[in-house]
Amino acid sequence: MAAKTLTIDGKQISAEEGATILQASEEASVKIPTLCHLDGVYDVGACRLCLVEVTGVPKLLPACTTKVAEGMDIKTDSERLRKYRRMILELLFAERNHVCAVCVSNGHCELQMLAYSNGMDHVRYEYTFPKWSLDTTHNLFGMDHNRCVLCTRCVRVCWHIEAAGTKNVAGRGGKSRIITDLNMPWGEADSCTSCGKCVQACPTGALFHKGSTVGEMERDRSKLEFIVTAREKQQWISAD
Amino acid sequence: MSFLDLDEFLIELAGAVDLVYSPVVDVKEYPENVDVCLIEGAVCNEDNLAILHKIRARTKVLISFGDCAVTGNVPAMRNQLGLDNAKNVLQCAYIENAQNNPNVPKADGIVPQLLEWVLPVHEVVHVEYYLPGCPPPADRIKAVLGQMLSGVEPKLEGANLKFG
Ligand code: SF4
Ligand code: SF4
Ligand code: FES
Repeated sequence: MAAKTLTIDGKQISAEEGATILQASEEASVKIPTLCHLDGVYDVGACRLCLVEVTGVPKLLPACTTKVAEGMDIKTDSERLRKYRRMILELLFAERNHVCAVCVSNGHCELQMLAYSNGMDHVRYEYTFPKWSLDTTHNLFGMDHNRCVLCTRCVRVCWHIEAAGTKNVAGRGGKSRIITDLNMPWGEADSCTSCGKCVQACPTGALFHKGSTVGEMERDRSKLEFIVTAREKQQWISAD
Repeated sequence: MSFLDLDEFLIELAGAVDLVYSPVVDVKEYPENVDVCLIEGAVCNEDNLAILHKIRARTKVLISFGDCAVTGNVPAMRNQLGLDNAKNVLQCAYIENAQNNPNVPKADGIVPQLLEWVLPVHEVVHVEYYLPGCPPPADRIKAVLGQMLSGVEPKLEGANLKFG
């Protein structure tokens, strides 16, 4: 495949045609914050945390869904980007009920980690304190809508790795939510194979193994990569 | 309580500051012209609200101290029950689950009324600095106090800003 040459944060690099800016930046060891991106499943550009500046393009572009082009000059860190990243994080915290102190994912949460590594010392927006429920009807797993950031990682692994198609997004705007089958309790969703991939994929405390208490929910993402590598390359090896 | 985990630093601190008010000193009235106040807890009732305004008016630098002050945290979970939450939580705690004498405690000047909505401190008054954590670990408190004592602008970074 043809190679493209481009610049990321002043570094000259080359990337394969068709690669995303995010993939190219990983090759160049430049770290871009991501939340909805998950290695092994396709990207949808839902969270906008990976926004970057591209010289000559007035708007900010998501690194996970934008393909590299010849001569691109990309900036992954600037005052403007930091401002938007922090704003996005604060809005995510204000939109649902994130009570880290009593959350199953406290200490292992990608949202929490992104918040502190991007300097979020408080949320400037009014917290909305919406009323959301907890679905504990499945015999192994639970879903806490209070902690969901609508990254759709669970939906994508469910459809494209497990091919069960149990998880979906319903509703609009602030009422958007993850549903199982035709909006029925998870425990009654016949298509669910109980594989647990969605639980492994979730970046926050929204999906959890039943019985885990505060801070106990740790995940092993390499399990997902393992399955994808096996399917795509017919190799039963873990990514690293 | 995690303040007490500061161990020997407390002695150093005692030498460097005048402690003029706290829940465990005898002074009943928050004094005038205070330099720094670490304020903990969410704003839950009329007493909290009144003292917060008084503290703001009489203090140069306010530090929102701990997750309850910074985010509302667990005390603010009642907000999820909607605008009637104050009535509902009292009803639940003192009437529905009471074994004896079901009765919502009311005594003017003794039991402060709950606010309709629990708020983090900075949604009520201006706050200069934030010290999150549930509870904030001692080294985090020490970092901020140390910076203040040596006259530099307090700044926490990375994992020192972790909630929870
Ligand atoms: S999901 Fe993450 S950010 Fe949200 S409450 Fe849990 S630990 Fe905190
Ligand atoms: S449940 Fe988890 S993985 Fe699914 S959309 Fe919500 S945060 Fe993302
Ligand atoms: S990681 Fe690119 S938009 Fe979420």
